Amino acid sequence: MFKKFSPSTDIAGHTPVKTSVQRSIRAAVLSQWKIESETLEAIWPKKEGLVLVKCREHVSIYTVHGEPIFLQHFDGPFFPTLRLLHKYPYILPMVKVDRGAIRFLLAGAHMMCPGLTSAGGYLPPAEAALPAGTPVAIHAEGKEHAVGVGITKLGTEEMKKVNKGVAVETTTYLGDDLWVLKAL
Amino acid sequence: MPKKSAQPPPPAETEQPEAPIVEPTPPVDVLYCSVCTFPPEYCEFGSSFTRCKEWLKEDHPDLFDKYYSDEAFQTRIGTLSLEAQTKLEKDTAKKEAKAEAKADAALKKKLSSQVTIRRIERTKRKHVTAIYGLDAFGIDLKKAAKQFASKFATGASVTKNPQGLDEIVVQGDVSDEVLDMIEEGVGVLKGIPADNVEIVEDKKKKGGD
Repeated sequence: MFKKFSPSTDIAGHTPVKTSVQRSIRAAVLSQWKIESETLEAIWPKKEGLVLVKCREHVSIYTVHGEPIFLQHFDGPFFPTLRLLHKYPYILPMVKVDRGAIRFLLAGAHMMCPGLTSAGGYLPPAEAALPAGTPVAIHAEGKEHAVGVGITKLGTEEMKKVNKGVAVETTTYLGDDLWVLKAL
Repeated sequence: MPKKSAQPPPPAETEQPEAPIVEPTPPVDVLYCSVCTFPPEYCEFGSSFTRCKEWLKEDHPDLFDKYYSDEAFQTRIGTLSLEAQTKLEKDTAKKEAKAEAKADAALKKKLSSQVTIRRIERTKRKHVTAIYGLDAFGIDLKKAAKQFASKFATGASVTKNPQGLDEIVVQGDVSDEVLDMIEEGVGVLKGIPADNVEIVEDKKKKGGD
């Protein structure tokens, strides 16, 4: 989504978000991420207004003090930015890709099933299976920090069964234009 | 909005199990490579691996040993076959060479690009000064315009010139002062070689004296 992104052409405008809308966003984030309200309060203090940065193709980035903290596509789920995810790695469920896939992920490719189901990969066990359309943190084999943020296209159990095609659609990854952008 | 959550802390199942109770969990402090901005463990996939390695060796020798010693190599390649690993390394080297060539070209372009200061006549004895080409040196035009405006106490703005490129237009004839400022590198105007700056004078074609 952010493979090519330049602030001067792709941003339509900055607008402060209404308090009522902020309240609903806060509730949505709390319900979607595994995060306590106190921690969210530390990331995004109640007193600080959220700024909505509208971008092309219905992407909205929300910033606090100019620093992007999460983003949304249409009215889908909220994704944390990768920098935020590095700071709070537990907020999203984790999937792991094998080492062979890292190179492609860093070039912006979506993650295919075999990369997740192979020996180096990791998918949550059956009792903690994720449905399709869940935001996930993409980790890599043998690495400590997340390498990308994505959304599942198949349920995790389905991935194990089908083992073919796109499993996780990459939203933002290490080294893309959103990563380069430290402040908006 | 839930003010104080009474819910039990979510089970931390990621690799950093922390105990989130009521206190806000402090963020994990992540070290980023100062060369390629990635966490150092991902430097090997970047386009400046050699320089990243040097940086890590200098600034964080303990981490360098952790990532690049011989025994670390085994764990590093994990389940990947040796063959694929060599291919990967080759790819990285290629990518690095490419990035270097690109950086070289960019630098060359930067060195050869010119800054033009034009004095344009408006009415008889009134002028504006147009400064073009500052953006090639990575200067924020808006900030530079602001600086000119406050320095000369006149209007200064970023406008598109007839070619559709951005330039700074300052009211009044300040071309010599601007040249001095660029040579001294005041404020945001840094990193411009004085040889690359030229002053041009534009005469009004008709209606002048």
